[in-house]
Amino acid sequence: MRRVRPIAWYTVLIGLSLVFIAPLVWMLLTAFKTPGEATRVPPTVFPAEPTTGAFDTLLGNSQTPVLRWFLNSVLAATGQAVLVLAVASMAAYALARLEFRGKKLIFGMIIATLFIPSFVLIIPNFLIVDRFGMLDTLWALIIPGAAGAFGVFFLRQFFLSLPKELEEAAVLEGANSWQIFTRVVLPLSKPALATLAVISFLTNWNDFIWPIYVLFSPEQFTLPPGLAILQGAYTINYPVIMAGALVASIPVLLLFMVAQRYVIEGVSRSGLKG
Amino acid sequence: MAAETAVTRTPPAQAGEAGAGGRVRRTGPLTAYLFLLPYFVVFATFVLAPAVYGLWISLHDWDYLLPGKPFVGLDNYKALFDSNSAVYSFWWESLSATGIFTLFSVPLLLIIPLMLALLLNRSFRGRTFFRAVYFAPYVLGVAVIGVLWRFVLDPNLGVVNSVLGAIGLPGDTPWTTALPWAWVTLVGVTVWWTLGFNAVIYLAGLQDIPRELYEAARIDGGGKWAEFRHVTLPGLRPVLLFVTVNTVLVSANMFGQSYLITQGAPGTETRTAIMYIAQVGLSDYKMGSAAAMSYLLTACLLVISLIVFRMFREKDAS
Repeated sequence: MRRVRPIAWYTVLIGLSLVFIAPLVWMLLTAFKTPGEATRVPPTVFPAEPTTGAFDTLLGNSQTPVLRWFLNSVLAATGQAVLVLAVASMAAYALARLEFRGKKLIFGMIIATLFIPSFVLIIPNFLIVDRFGMLDTLWALIIPGAAGAFGVFFLRQFFLSLPKELEEAAVLEGANSWQIFTRVVLPLSKPALATLAVISFLTNWNDFIWPIYVLFSPEQFTLPPGLAILQGAYTINYPVIMAGALVASIPVLLLFMVAQRYVIEGVSRSGLKG
Repeated sequence: MAAETAVTRTPPAQAGEAGAGGRVRRTGPLTAYLFLLPYFVVFATFVLAPAVYGLWISLHDWDYLLPGKPFVGLDNYKALFDSNSAVYSFWWESLSATGIFTLFSVPLLLIIPLMLALLLNRSFRGRTFFRAVYFAPYVLGVAVIGVLWRFVLDPNLGVVNSVLGAIGLPGDTPWTTALPWAWVTLVGVTVWWTLGFNAVIYLAGLQDIPRELYEAARIDGGGKWAEFRHVTLPGLRPVLLFVTVNTVLVSANMFGQSYLITQGAPGTETRTAIMYIAQVGLSDYKMGSAAAMSYLLTACLLVISLIVFRMFREKDAS
């Protein structure tokens, strides 16, 4: 690789970084300003009188129960990640390692649905969720999303790449399929499972259009539809809206910092076998 | 290595082949179906069933709030093409909004992330760190970036206009309330938000291109540009195809940015097809009509995807 002049090189990289980071920093700083200061001309960068007033306003308003939204978001995203891991790993194992009639057909069907745009399913799924009595409950956010094909596809690819020898050795020792799956395959697949868990969590945490339409009561909301409520309720009281956005951002940014490798890995994989 | 003894007894090159794994196959087919069952139940209920159910709905005058849902055949589809119908002008306006957005955001989301990926595809200290920084906006949901940019670009109170004004540029650009600025905003915010996603996919593709190809190109002479044209681009072809199709689909799905940043303004000119479908189907509860729209949009996307596939195949032949 050609040597680059370090100073020019890092100037470019850091300059670019500012483009991505500055708006997020602005959100953080605004959350600690007074409503007047947040829209002052010329703007102040750092809060002149730092205040947690925006957070007090948020927490004091029973119409916008942000803590409840936070809890709902955690429950929905965690619930879906767990469900996806359970059902997708089992299905992927069957598709990667077991023999049965109709295997190609079933796998083909699952892959074909990767091309169905999600908006086509929204209206019929609203009615299906309604029929199960799941409208306006967190179940509507947890269960339907677990039907996505990505998890099965992703884990099947990973299972196929595992060496068969360990599984064969387990067979010789008399293990059955379930024991092989839980004691051999799953432990070997920890990185792939972590990747899928993180991606599922992030996707569910950020979902916007579906919760807007299947949740009605403010206390059932997750953070994304909650932010739309905040924007409607506080219009130009921007510190309050930014405080809400901050609450929705911090968990995923922390998760991204800790599990960056897994997120990037999952995204990279999605393209390679396109 | 324990694995080595086993390898000698396993015929090579059968990793992915169906029917080959004789030894792992001591279980009956029932076991396999049991493994599949939990996923398949969820999949059949929330993907297969609605895909068909939606078609059925689209053939009815399906008002969620009314008990009767009379069968109307293709009337919901015909209404979308009948300039006298109530939905006609709104539908085509929303479809063209989605079209404009897709037309401008897709090229930018193909080119800028590729340049970023080429920039990052070298070895230097902090590479992983910078890659993560450029990817960071993508881990935030559309709700967060929507309310954030609605604030930053507020025509009267936002920091962008006050900074522009302070340095002597026009400080009253209607970023979120008038055309063409609303499109500049929606496209710009989306590019900022998602370019890291495409860049990461490109980067993975770049790292799969064998080094030797670059070395061979260097020996042949020709500059950086020749190297890019004859090694990088051909090597990226499958990845480019995926990124193109995926970006078109994601752009056609645009909803949250318009919903939160422009609220469809001015008028309903930046209301996208998905916003309109959701409004008709899930706010006004005219589900038959909305379902018909969603299938028509799907058909459009299918045609576009096929054209993209075609284009990539033709390039192959030349």
